[in-house]
Amino acid sequence: MKLAALKKLRVVFSILYFLLILTLFIDFTDIIPEKIYDSVLFLQFVPSLLTLVNIFTITGIGFLIIIILNIFFGRVYCSFICPLGIMQDIFSYIAKKIRRLKRYRYAYIKPLHWIRYSFLGIFIIGLISGITVLISFLDPYSIFGRIVSGLIRPVVVEGNNLLASVFQKFDIYTFYVVDLQPQHWQVMIVSAFFLLLILLFSVFKGRLYCNTICPVGTLLGFFSRFSVFKININKNTCTSCKLCEKVCKAGCIDIPEQNVEFDRCINCFNCLTVCPFDSIQYSLDRKITKQESPAPSEQNPNNRRQFFALLALIFAAGKSWSQDIEVHDTATFPTKRKVAVSPPGSDSIEHFNSVCTACHLCVSACPTHVLQPAYTDYGLIGFMQPVMDNHAGFCNFDCVKCGEVCPTSAIQLLDLETKRQTQIGIAQFVKQNCIVETEGTNCGACAEHCPTKAVRMVPYHGSLVIPEVTDNICIGCGACEYACPTTPHKAIYVEGNAIHQRAQKPEEKEQEREVEDDFPF
Amino acid sequence: MKRRDFIIKSINAGIFTGAALSFGGYGKIFANTVNSSLPYDLVAVRDGEPDLMLDKALKAMGGIKNFVTKGQTVVVKPNIGWDVPPERAADTNPLLVKRIITHCFTAGAKEVYVFDNTCDKWSSCYKNSGIEKAAKDAGAKVVPANSESYFQNVDIPRGKNLKNAKVHELILSSDVFINVPILKNHGSARITVTMKNLMGIVWDRRYWHRNNLNQCIADFATYRKPDLNIVDAYQVMTKNGPRGTSTADLVKMKYLIVSDDMVAADAAAAKVFGIEPQDAEYIPMANQLGVGQIDLTKLNINRIRV
Repeated sequence: MKLAALKKLRVVFSILYFLLILTLFIDFTDIIPEKIYDSVLFLQFVPSLLTLVNIFTITGIGFLIIIILNIFFGRVYCSFICPLGIMQDIFSYIAKKIRRLKRYRYAYIKPLHWIRYSFLGIFIIGLISGITVLISFLDPYSIFGRIVSGLIRPVVVEGNNLLASVFQKFDIYTFYVVDLQPQHWQVMIVSAFFLLLILLFSVFKGRLYCNTICPVGTLLGFFSRFSVFKININKNTCTSCKLCEKVCKAGCIDIPEQNVEFDRCINCFNCLTVCPFDSIQYSLDRKITKQESPAPSEQNPNNRRQFFALLALIFAAGKSWSQDIEVHDTATFPTKRKVAVSPPGSDSIEHFNSVCTACHLCVSACPTHVLQPAYTDYGLIGFMQPVMDNHAGFCNFDCVKCGEVCPTSAIQLLDLETKRQTQIGIAQFVKQNCIVETEGTNCGACAEHCPTKAVRMVPYHGSLVIPEVTDNICIGCGACEYACPTTPHKAIYVEGNAIHQRAQKPEEKEQEREVEDDFPF
Repeated sequence: MKRRDFIIKSINAGIFTGAALSFGGYGKIFANTVNSSLPYDLVAVRDGEPDLMLDKALKAMGGIKNFVTKGQTVVVKPNIGWDVPPERAADTNPLLVKRIITHCFTAGAKEVYVFDNTCDKWSSCYKNSGIEKAAKDAGAKVVPANSESYFQNVDIPRGKNLKNAKVHELILSSDVFINVPILKNHGSARITVTMKNLMGIVWDRRYWHRNNLNQCIADFATYRKPDLNIVDAYQVMTKNGPRGTSTADLVKMKYLIVSDDMVAADAAAAKVFGIEPQDAEYIPMANQLGVGQIDLTKLNINRIRV
C-alpha cells in the first residue's frame, strides 16, 4: 500500500495548525475570540497533562488523545501538533532551499539514549515534585510560546507600528501603534538560546532535538514501540539504496540493518514518498519479536549524582532568592514587595508556580500588559513565569483574559463577578514618598484609578487630601501603583497575597439628593 | 531616542516630508482670541434629554455654523477615560457625542476626529463607553491616542509649573476643537469639567500630578482655548469619582452647559454640582491666568428650561 499522500496531509495540516497557533501568540489587537484558544491548544501535550493532574477537567484529556493516537499511529504529535516541531520542519525546509538541495541529505543517527532518558527523568521529577521550572525549560510548546512572544512578536509589532505611522501621515488610523513592554533580558536569553539551538539542530540534523533533548518526544517514543501502525521495511524488495534514510529527518532509518527505529520516528512520512520499489511502508506492525534497544537500566551513577546535585542547587536557589525583591532601584524611601503578585485565577502562588509552564500565551494576550515574565520575583522556582508587573500596567477590573487563554489551568477561569472580588494583593501606602506629603500639593492619581475606591482621598492639611487604603475592598489590581507618579519609588504599591483572598464588595449607598428647581447661577 | 522613533523620524524627514508638509497645520499656533460674534457667553439648558438639550443650546448660540464652517476639520474630545458602560456616566454620553458630530457634518465639516488618551486600556474604553460606535455611526474617525508617537511637544508660555507638554497631533492639525467633558466628582481636583478634560489630549499626565495638579490644569488651559465646550451634566457622578464604583454614585441632574470660555463653563458646572467655583482650586487659578471669567454675574448667560 502506498501512502505517499500522508506526507501531503501532514504538510498541509501542520502548516495550517502552525499558523493558527502562531496567530494566537502574536495577536496584539485582541481580535481573536477567547473561545478559540482552548480548542486550538487542548491537544498540547504538557499543558493538558498538567491540567488533568491539577484540576480534573475535560480540557485535560488532550494528552490522552495524543497517547491513544500514538498507540495507533506513532508520534503524530511531533509532526502534526507540536509547534516547535513544525517550526523545525520549516527551518529545515528553508535551509534546504537555501542550499539548493533537491532532497534532504540526512543519515542514520545512533540513538543517544542516556541523554534522552536523563531529560525525561528531569521532566518527570519536575512533574512529580511540582518544580515546574524544570518542565518549563523542556516543554516544546512552552519553548515555542516563549520564542514567539518574546522574540518574534516584538518584530511583528514594530512592523505594525512602522506601518501605522506611515498610514497616519495619510490620515488613515485603521492601524494603530502598539507600545511594547521590554522583557527581562535573562528571560529573552533563554528564549534566544533555544531558538538558536533548534535552528542549528534543524538546519544540520533534522529533528535531532526531538530525539535527544525533548522529553515529550522521548515519552511518546516509548509508546511508539507498541504502535499498531508502524513504518516497516520490506526486506525482500529493499535494495538498500538509502533514499529513505537520506530524507529521514529523525535519522531513525538504519539501512545497513534494514531497520526503522520507530520510537524515534516522528511520523513525517517523507520516506514513503521516495522509495522507488515501495519497500518502505506504513502498515500494521507484523513484527512480533521485539529486540529493541535495552531500557536505560545501566545509567551511569555518577551522572545521576550530578543530576541530583543540580536539582539541589535549583532548590536552594529557589529558597534563598524567592523573597525580598526590591521593586525600585534607587530611592528616597525604597519600597519592597515581599510577596510577588500572581494573576487572578491562579489561586495561590504555590499552585501557580507548580502548574505554569511559562508558555507566555497570557503575556501575549494580556490587554494591559500587566502580565510580564518574572525574573526572580517568585524565586528561581518561578523563573520566566508571568507575574503582575504594575510598572508595565495594571489588571483591568473587567477582564479575565489570562484565565481564558491559559492552557495548563495555572490560571483558572473566573467568572467576572468572582474576579472583581478576588484579592491578589493589597495596596500599601508609603506616605514618605507621596506627593501630598513631599510637595504639599494635591495629586490623587492612585485614588483616581482605583476601581473599588479601596484607595480614596481623605482630608489632610488645609485643602490637601491624601490617599487612604481600605484593605478589605482592595483587590490588588495595581492601578494605584501604576498611576502613582512619584520617582524613583512609588508611594503606593501592591503587596502580593501568597494565597488569594476574597475581598468585600464596595458599599453602594444610594444618594438622596434633590436637584434644585432654580438655576444655581 | 528609541530605535523606532529614529526610524519613524527618518521616514518623516525623507520620503514623507511632502505628505507631512501638505497638512500644513503642524505647529500652527492658535491665538487665544475671544469669539466675539457669539450671542451669549454661556448657555445652560436643563430638564431635557442630552441630544435635545444640545440642539437648544446650539440654536441659542447662533447655530453650529458659528463654530464650524464648510471644509474644516474638527476634533471632538469627549471623556473616554474609563472602561465602563454608558450607564455608569464615567465617560461622556455617547448619544451626545454622536449628535455633536452630526451637527459638525451638517455645517459642512470635511472630517471629524474623536479620541482620548484614556486611563484604562484604550480600546476597551473606546468600545465599552459606546463612544466608538456612536462616533463611527455619525461618520467620524475614531483615532487612537495610546502611544507617545501620536503626540508632539508644544510650549506653554503662560504656564507657571507646566512650561511644555506633548499634545495629540490632531489638536495641532485640526481647524476646530470641540471639548466635550462630563461633569464628575474628582478625588483631588474636586470636580472634573472642561479644563481637567484636557488632560486627555496630552501624553504625560504623571508630570502634572507631580507638579501641583491644580496649577498644571490651569497652566495647560492657557495653551489653547477650545472653540466650543459642551459639558455633559445629565447624569452626574457626585462621589467616588472620577471612575465611580456603581450607578449609586450618580445623580440625575439633566443639565447641559455650552460656552467657549472654559473658566465660565467650569464655574457654572461647579454651581450645578453644588460647590463654589473657588472650591476647585484650578478654576480661580485659571481665572488669574486670564483663561476666562470665573464671576458668573459678569457674563451674559442664557438659561433654558426644556
